[in-house]
Amino acid sequence: MSKGNEGYRGSGDYIASKPLMEIVNVSINLAKPLVIKGEPGTGKTLLAHSIAEALGKKLLIWNVKSTTKARDGLYVYDTVQRLNDARFKDRDISDIRQYIKLGRLGQAFTSDEQIVLLIDEIDKADIEFPNDLLNELDEMSFHINELDEEVAAKHRPIVVITSNSEKELPDAFLRRCIFYYIEFPDEEMMDRIIRVHYPDIQEKLVRECIKRFYWIRQIDGLRKKPSTSELLDWIKALSMGGIHIDRITSELPFLGSLLKTEQDTERVSRVASGGSTGFRKRF
Amino acid sequence: MFIDFFYKLRAKGVPVSITEWMSFTEALYKGFMGTSLNHLYYVGRAFLVKSEAYYDMYDLAFNEYFGGVSSEGIDLEKVMEWLENPINKLPKLSPEELEEMKRILEEMKQKMDLEEMMKQFRERMKEQQERHDGGSKWIGTGGRSPFGAYGYYPGGIRVGGEGWMGSAVKVAQERRFKNYRQDIILDVRQTKMALKKLRQLRREGAEEELDIDLTIDKTAKEGGEIELVFAKSRENTIRVLLLMDTGGSMAPYADLCERLFSAAVQSEHFKDMKYLFFHNCIYQDVYEDMWNAKAVPTEKMLANFHSGYKIILVGDARMGPGELFDKYGCIDYYYSNETPGVEWLHRIKNHFEYSVWLNPTPKEYWRHPTVDAIGRVFPMYELTVDGLKDAIKALTSKVKRSAA
Repeated sequence: MSKGNEGYRGSGDYIASKPLMEIVNVSINLAKPLVIKGEPGTGKTLLAHSIAEALGKKLLIWNVKSTTKARDGLYVYDTVQRLNDARFKDRDISDIRQYIKLGRLGQAFTSDEQIVLLIDEIDKADIEFPNDLLNELDEMSFHINELDEEVAAKHRPIVVITSNSEKELPDAFLRRCIFYYIEFPDEEMMDRIIRVHYPDIQEKLVRECIKRFYWIRQIDGLRKKPSTSELLDWIKALSMGGIHIDRITSELPFLGSLLKTEQDTERVSRVASGGSTGFRKRF
Repeated sequence: MFIDFFYKLRAKGVPVSITEWMSFTEALYKGFMGTSLNHLYYVGRAFLVKSEAYYDMYDLAFNEYFGGVSSEGIDLEKVMEWLENPINKLPKLSPEELEEMKRILEEMKQKMDLEEMMKQFRERMKEQQERHDGGSKWIGTGGRSPFGAYGYYPGGIRVGGEGWMGSAVKVAQERRFKNYRQDIILDVRQTKMALKKLRQLRREGAEEELDIDLTIDKTAKEGGEIELVFAKSRENTIRVLLLMDTGGSMAPYADLCERLFSAAVQSEHFKDMKYLFFHNCIYQDVYEDMWNAKAVPTEKMLANFHSGYKIILVGDARMGPGELFDKYGCIDYYYSNETPGVEWLHRIKNHFEYSVWLNPTPKEYWRHPTVDAIGRVFPMYELTVDGLKDAIKALTSKVKRSAA
């Protein structure tokens, strides 16, 4: 199989590591759903956006919530509307078709061109949810009972599924997917990511922030480690606030944009002031 | 092609299935092997490994098979491997093999200095944390871990008596219920089953969901005037309070309890899910943390949790009779309880409508004065899939269950 120029190579505002690009390409070529896991803020969701952009395809997003049922993604039969129409005789109700509304997956299947389908945070739903989609994703088709019709994908969509590992995904489901765990970016990668977002910010500031950021991340016992998006917010706050670099090292201004709980803030400031267990001053 | 690699992976504990292997092979045939080993590494990983928890094992297998980095610390590795395998295979062991295993284990115990073992264990733990942000499950998760696994055997085969357990206590204590909470990867089917069973606690609630049949009925009766009927949806109103024993004798079961615990905590199906810890027996305090540092008066617990909470107590119920029946009987010398433990247990039992006790020790070993006594207070079940099933049944039964 030629991988020529066709494949995914990342996009302007998204930096994908080389292995990730490879995996994306493999999953596209073998038409297998790609499951992406990783810490919050590692760009799982953005990946789908980036794929769509880079390949010039339309993106459909199916945001999964705790109440989402697998069926919702296929189609919904709007009974109430039909009843209502029957009552007021507004429309001819004999055609059920007009009351069948396709869900995201249904839309993806019926689309005239290949699209990218993002099933976002699949682990938010019931644990059976992924299993309910097994067949649909495997066969890329489903049945509408009310019409007794089969909806089959005209073009197999590129399916990207993200998971925060709140719940474990079922084995049977995973077996049919390709899996990639996005590691938390290292300092060098982080530097590149920040540059993509804020090309104009002083290099020194960025470096200092990154240093501090990774230092905070390695502190034990944080309830929630700050992630990329928080770092970006922090840098923005710092640069807009015109904070001098020396102050970043000495007093960690705008800590609130990095840490979201009181305990964490306390913990970090305690460690920073050197009062806590076994911390050697590094800065 | 590569089939040895497949077995190597499985030997290392990566649960690769045939389906996955076939898709991988397909990818290779289609030319995705690329030209470099690097390529193969990533593609292989994406196809064969479905959880970051196994990445480390994959790395090991890969290195061994393709001869990348030569692994150091061979000795330790061997020991680990040795420890790893028998436990993995346990459920399928024949009696002879079992004997063989016991024998080797005895030999091991004689040859290996316990201290040395502990040292290695610590090193391993350190290594583990460094390598994987504590994500790797070399030590800790059930079937695969050499150290955490001593106490419990999935297939119901339970070897050895106290002596064996004894050594496990020490080892397991190091980390005991440490990782309890967060993202422990529950790869064992049994725990998933447990989770499912716990889910049966659902459907009691009242919410809004259109009842189509009733709506049509009603509408027809009204002569076409639309009448929407809403029915109760199946919202879960169940509140659970988990009380777990962290006493020393529980250490061999840390692994098992860990799984139950994470399964319970991770399941978002409950309206409320709270947990508290105790040490050996419940006296005037329970604890918010497993190190028994943050005490909550038991009285307060009873006041805070209304009687509708379903209580699941987990413990081996095995203690010195005095610890249960006597005033000032608590094993901790400095902790004086004016009310005997059994009295507290009765209070808990009487306060809540539903309560069960899950015992991780196999039923054969329950014959013990305190186990019997506690079994008379709370309906007691084995902490196995079946036991859990029964316990859930007891928790959801319509009829209030009187102590068996």
